[in-house]
Amino acid sequence: MKQGLFTIKENSRLAEGVWKMVLTGEPGEIKPGQFIDIRLPEKFLRRPISVYDAGPDFVTVIYKVLGHGTEQMTGLPAGTVLDVLTELGNGYDLSKAGDAPLLIGGGIGVPPMYMAAKKLLAAGLRPTVLLGFNSSADAFCIGEFESLGCDVRVATADGSIGTKGFVTDIIPENYSYFYCCGRTAMLKSVYAAVKGSGEFSMEERMGCGFGACMGCTVKTADGYKRVCKDGPVFVKEEIVWAD
Amino acid sequence: MGRLSVSLCGTELDNPVIPASGTFGYGREFAEVYDLNILGSFSFKGTTKEARFGNPTPRIAECSGGMLNSVGLQNPGVDAVIAEELPNIAKIFKKPVMANVSGFSVEDYVYACERLDKQPQIGWLEVNISCPNVHGGGMSFGTDCGAAAEVTRAVKKVTTKPVIIKLTPNVTDIASIAKACEDAGADGISLINTLLAMRINLNTRKPLLANTTGGLSGPAVFPVAVRMVYQAAKAVSIPVVGMGGVSSAEDVLEMMMAGATAVEVGAANLVDPLACKKIIEDLPAAMDKYGIDKITDIIGAAHG
Repeated sequence: MKQGLFTIKENSRLAEGVWKMVLTGEPGEIKPGQFIDIRLPEKFLRRPISVYDAGPDFVTVIYKVLGHGTEQMTGLPAGTVLDVLTELGNGYDLSKAGDAPLLIGGGIGVPPMYMAAKKLLAAGLRPTVLLGFNSSADAFCIGEFESLGCDVRVATADGSIGTKGFVTDIIPENYSYFYCCGRTAMLKSVYAAVKGSGEFSMEERMGCGFGACMGCTVKTADGYKRVCKDGPVFVKEEIVWAD
Repeated sequence: MGRLSVSLCGTELDNPVIPASGTFGYGREFAEVYDLNILGSFSFKGTTKEARFGNPTPRIAECSGGMLNSVGLQNPGVDAVIAEELPNIAKIFKKPVMANVSGFSVEDYVYACERLDKQPQIGWLEVNISCPNVHGGGMSFGTDCGAAAEVTRAVKKVTTKPVIIKLTPNVTDIASIAKACEDAGADGISLINTLLAMRINLNTRKPLLANTTGGLSGPAVFPVAVRMVYQAAKAVSIPVVGMGGVSSAEDVLEMMMAGATAVEVGAANLVDPLACKKIIEDLPAAMDKYGIDKITDIIGAAHG
């Protein structure tokens, strides 16, 4: 965990209800699958948002407008200074990727896959990336994954881009290991559809975001774990779905 | 004795600032960002006889100036705390730590307190009879003078360390509960635990917390806490540890003027992991501003 002040460099709309915020500052060493926790003016709790991309002097998040906090975020102009906690959560273990990794992102679960894809490509691996959206209206970043040089496949629920259906309809026959992020319903259907092992990034309503309040605890095969500190990434074998 | 030091039940603290139970885990996460030895002490996560998962999620909700939690005393159980957490605390915190204990029966409290009392690094037992998020125990002991006294007496029988009873604000007469604890042998009292509260999700039209209700904390409760600390301090002569929405050095001073000997900081730790460090660093300047030479000079100053 690292605390710092960051300045908004860019805050723009990408798609229906989806915004991108580029923050300049020193986020430390961020691993794919980690998140940051943003303190907003006049909101008591911070907002945990997964990282899309990061470097030594910036961190970029893509966020979905879901409530009062994210709604407020859309109105923050460039130049606004924010108190941000970085290096939160465990992140994906990319050393397990094997020779043909599969990245699966659904909706607002797409952003963490970008940094994972960049790291895998840098390690000489070409991941297959499955992106799922409701429709072309809320789709984003498809071109960015293509520009990286990934094998990108898209599914939309209404068929407006790519295959009509869900990411579970476009899972390839062969892959070495998978990394998956999305809303809980999407994670559950991927869990039921995949073969072999991989990692899921879980979501849960958080208090602190760094392991102190026990607000986001889930039961796992390996005992009680905090999504914010012991996760958000869990290997498939340790996940126990709540009812 | 420095100008910030206070004495809590016979043990000197370098300053009155104590992170509150349930907002500081067992110290590990905060030790990543600052040296915990600057603290007066810290009160570790509420510990029970058996391991507990706690309540279903969502356990957290927000409101203007605060938050609600319904964690429900998740903890690994007293034996695991002694075996695994205390050795780690010893590495990151060299001062006496406050052990927070909760239970569902008098026997539960006795079991956990008896074991924790034998641990040399523990300076005080903070006995929580005020958790609003568990059924059949917790807060029910803290809303009745007889039950509060019974827990206090039972714990005092099996312990040698100072026993501080942590009280709930969800009562009509805090003074009588505080007095009942004092009469039963408590060495101190601490208050306030969280206020029973609730939020509703407008989309689903259902309670936001899976447990329906939760405990409200944060700056929103600070004036309530000041009032109750004032009333409790007036009723007893044992030390009072004040807490509830404290988020600045000035809040610490106000709480002490209400009658607190030491001050716990809770929800502020969850939004700013450096909150206690900043409060301690800010204290000398705040004291200068209000003409306070030694911090002990203001304890109970508001009581004419």
